[in-house]
Amino acid sequence: MLENRYVIALGERDGISGPAIAACAEAAGAKVVFVSTECFV
Amino acid sequence: MDLDSQEQILKLSELHGPSQLTVIIGAPDPEAAEITAETVVRGDPSYAGALAGAQLGLDVYHVLDESISSDVPSDVWEAQIGVMADVLEADALVAAVAGMREPPSEPS
Amino acid sequence: MAELKKDPVVVAATQVLAHVPGMARHGSKPSRELPRDPAVEAEFLGSLRSFDEAVAYPPHQAFVGAIHPRALPARPWTDTPPGQASRWAPGGEVMPEEEFLGLLASVDTAGLLTLGADLAERALGALGDHPLAKHFALGQLERATGDVEAAADGVAACPIHVGAGPMEASLRAGDDVDQSLTGAVLLENLAAKATATLALLHLLDKEQIDPASVDYVIGCGEEAVGDRYQRGGGNLAKAVAEAAGLSEASGMDVKDFCAAPIPALVVAASLVKAGVFRRVAVVAGGSLAKLGMKFQGHLRNRLPVLEDVLGGAAALVEGDDGASPTLRLDAVGRHRVAAGGSAPQIMESLAMEPLVRLGLTTTDIDDFATELHNPEITEPQGSGNVPERNYKTLAALAARRGDISRDEIASFVESRGMPGFAPTQGHLASGLCYLPHALDRLKSGDATRSMIIAKGSLFLGRMSQLSDGMSVVLERNRQ
Repeated sequence: MLENRYVIALGERDGISGPAIAACAEAAGAKVVFVSTECFV
Repeated sequence: MDLDSQEQILKLSELHGPSQLTVIIGAPDPEAAEITAETVVRGDPSYAGALAGAQLGLDVYHVLDESISSDVPSDVWEAQIGVMADVLEADALVAAVAGMREPPSEPS
Repeated sequence: MAELKKDPVVVAATQVLAHVPGMARHGSKPSRELPRDPAVEAEFLGSLRSFDEAVAYPPHQAFVGAIHPRALPARPWTDTPPGQASRWAPGGEVMPEEEFLGLLASVDTAGLLTLGADLAERALGALGDHPLAKHFALGQLERATGDVEAAADGVAACPIHVGAGPMEASLRAGDDVDQSLTGAVLLENLAAKATATLALLHLLDKEQIDPASVDYVIGCGEEAVGDRYQRGGGNLAKAVAEAAGLSEASGMDVKDFCAAPIPALVVAASLVKAGVFRRVAVVAGGSLAKLGMKFQGHLRNRLPVLEDVLGGAAALVEGDDGASPTLRLDAVGRHRVAAGGSAPQIMESLAMEPLVRLGLTTTDIDDFATELHNPEITEPQGSGNVPERNYKTLAALAARRGDISRDEIASFVESRGMPGFAPTQGHLASGLCYLPHALDRLKSGDATRSMIIAKGSLFLGRMSQLSDGMSVVLERNRQ
């Protein structure tokens, strides 16, 4: 499903971080075009 | 959502076309996940950022959604997500984001 | 080979709160949101807590050390009636706002704060009766007294109110055009200085420590402190040392976002073990920018503005005294660049790896302290229960390692974790707030080891996608 898709990874520090999402998406063949991690505390 | 992120998403949407993008969310709380999804589908509900009024309708999933996890090699999934799939309330998170992929109900 | 010298000990730790409902409007979030809508501003000001309510609030009692966090009553804590609790705790206190404004004047070496005559008189009266009165520069209050309206008209001045009342003080900018020295920025710095100083004075007083015996002070608060040429110049620590009368000390600040207190403790202990200094204090003041950060969620849920207190903390590290808990320098957990940024990877690095190094398991740790943000503050704004998630992650990893069985996860969380009780000022929540309790439990309670785990969101500064963290193990003294 993610093969060759442009992926935007919107992570959260207290859940799944942006880089962790990006690593998963890349391994699934996606092109990760934006990674961010938000922190709400 | 972070104002800078909103600007970047708008730019990427113009560059690649909204239909080419998939947004993957990692929020730990259903309410927060839903607001993030809403922002990239129907626009920024707080009207503070670049996505205010932008109905991009991007394809959006929580990272714990099976349609994402089934696509990720298990060793990568284990290293990056691992026990968080048990710690977080996956069903509620997945449902909160899935709700935003549906068209909004017509106002009565 | 000679036996390595024993690891240093943490002799004492104290914590204070300043209840500053009037300053809550200067938190980053309220300062952006309130001017946009007078109705929201009115609701905000109508939802501030009284001092008695703030004192009675159970998480505050836990923060100043009066009760252990596991002894907190069932939520909602906001329902606790005022009047039962005391502002004083052994080694800590909750200071009311007008007294705190007097304290700000007493540590304002630049003479930028102006107090209205009436406020100055009230603050002077209250501070004169304070048990630490002799350590305050009360003469400064008289010098600070003046025309508040005129001072507030100055370029980039910051008006200061007591609660929802009228303006009674104002902080002038340090420079007309320097964005790092506006009244609002300096109020953050001055508030951090004052809260850290108050905590340090309580520590010295409680432990009867000669101020001249402290060699060095390490600051680990959130304020950068600087000017336009060096925004993060730092060394609020030395300013605190000066204000607390530590004539022989120098100092420095350790920066690591919210994780900073643990690296600060590790550096302090390392300096002592290396023989560089004999006695090192670690201090942190409160973060004014975080006040009212989640007020929208609070108002939406008909709660008071719960982020209306500034925390302050101080700890003292020195060579082994045969009694105080030992800081195990051989068990420092650090989050390596290559360790990965997922929550389980971070927890593996910080909690599991040091235990493996010591030949211990998770069940050898009696108390884990990690990111103890008060959930009653975070949940209404959709940020969930941060410590609970951390403990569940820790327990899941413990189960995976076979330290506990899967059906022991809930009891692991319950018995080795604790409810969050810290204000949402990350460095205080990130383990530091548990230090006084850890020392009590390791000295006179039934705990043998505590692990304090701190995490910091480096990525917020846009220089890296990484986060950071560090952990320490404190152990009952073996003598």
